[in-house]
Amino acid sequence: MSDADPADASPATDRDYAEWLDAFADGGGFALVCPDGHGSLPPRRVCAECGSTDLSREPLDEMGTVETYSVVHVPSPRFADDAPYATAVVDFGPTRLTGIVRDGGADGDAPAVEIGDAVAVDVGERVTDGERLVVFRPAGES
Amino acid sequence: MSEVRVAGVGLTPFGSHPERTGRDLFAEAALRAFEDAAVSRADVKELNYGNFMGALAEHQGHQAPLMAEAAGVRCPATRYESACASAGVAVREAVRTVAAGDADVVLAGGMERMTNLPTDEVTEGLAIAADDLFEVRAGVTFPGAYALMANAYFDAYGGSREDLAHIASKNHANAMPNEYAQYHREVSVAEAMDAPPVAEPLHLYDACPITDGASALVLVSEEYAAEHDLDAPVAVTGTGQGTDRMALGDREHLARTPAADDAADAAYADAGVEAADVDVAEVHDCFTIAEVLALESLGLFEPGEGISAAREGITTADGDLPVNLSGGLKAKGHPVGATGGSQIAELTRLLRGDHPNSDRVPDAEVGVAHNAGGTVASAVVHVLEVAE
Repeated sequence: MSDADPADASPATDRDYAEWLDAFADGGGFALVCPDGHGSLPPRRVCAECGSTDLSREPLDEMGTVETYSVVHVPSPRFADDAPYATAVVDFGPTRLTGIVRDGGADGDAPAVEIGDAVAVDVGERVTDGERLVVFRPAGES
Repeated sequence: MSEVRVAGVGLTPFGSHPERTGRDLFAEAALRAFEDAAVSRADVKELNYGNFMGALAEHQGHQAPLMAEAAGVRCPATRYESACASAGVAVREAVRTVAAGDADVVLAGGMERMTNLPTDEVTEGLAIAADDLFEVRAGVTFPGAYALMANAYFDAYGGSREDLAHIASKNHANAMPNEYAQYHREVSVAEAMDAPPVAEPLHLYDACPITDGASALVLVSEEYAAEHDLDAPVAVTGTGQGTDRMALGDREHLARTPAADDAADAAYADAGVEAADVDVAEVHDCFTIAEVLALESLGLFEPGEGISAAREGITTADGDLPVNLSGGLKAKGHPVGATGGSQIAELTRLLRGDHPNSDRVPDAEVGVAHNAGGTVASAVVHVLEVAE
């Protein structure tokens, strides 16, 4: 590994994760929800909170609320050309999602975001290598 | 149940050792621990060894037999991996093994080699302690994850970057006399405030350095210590471990660390002590905000009150409750797979009276060590007491 560039490493193949991203890209993002309302993300066979195996796909609202964020200046190699960028943890009801805030294409500065802001979820691409990822767009810019 | 005594502790100097292999680092720490313990290597019945990223950093898996060779012991040897809590869990299993009467002598500790990788690859390596699918692919780095927790903390309880800068300044001051520390340089609050950002609100001096180093402990039963007339006055009287959801976003609260609450509750109950009994603490300050979260999980401060403890002088060396007198991960350094063992080595020296900062806590009888993995999806807490 020492002479290989980690940025070249292919991510582990995960069909469920890829399908989950596809769903968001198509505007049909979802979480897996147990009868008690605990949300989780695929692949998931058992609710981590209560042990229920009765998980169903429930659509998520397109808009969520920023619970916390950080502007990252020192990235990993996979995000070398993306920095600086803002990561955020966003509440969507039954689950939270973590992703990068994108303001629609401005280069250079990371988009401004605050706790409590409403953002829309989408699927975008890493600048560094084109790999898909969860992105958030501030309300009014989507 | 046997009482578990710390017969000997050994550390390498923490810092950059670019031309030394991991096996040589662990050998040095183990050699020092055996010298300190005056225990025969032949009596060691198990080696519990912590390491996180040796496969990435040295292209070396299956490290436990290698480290047994390096330490000169021949016994069952196992590597423990729990991210930055790797040595903590290794020590915990050693404590449980001796306490249960399964072995009289266990060697425990850990090693990490990190500075031979460029910073971006270390960043990538450390990030694998987070959820690859839902955090790392979404741009979360290790500093970035703690930055998310810091902003959530500020939003929930208040506090500021300046409060965090006081923690950095305190821990750098504590490291000054410590011969094993990576940094021997004071950092003022103003200097910490002016440093470049890593992941806002965390700046350069909020983050621990990248470190090579190793730690080793010789743990023995009270009976073995008595039979061999060992000078082993410090006992590990309590151990506890907790686990939380892997991804920060799946936690109940983004500015609390319940895994450490659970570990602390278990360790205090095991030792028969309460938070109010603690005289000195070594906590996992991989980032300044992490020290705050640790103090609150340990019950030493109420949620929302840990942020101002350093600024108010409560946790400084001359305060009522000195925290990270070793310099902490922040200034002593953080070879991730060795850290849990080094915290117990330092706490042992502080309680025995042979640490350069022991004169800051001359009457201390109860110490607590807090070691965390990832964004505290794993936590290990140990209670140490002066037994004689």
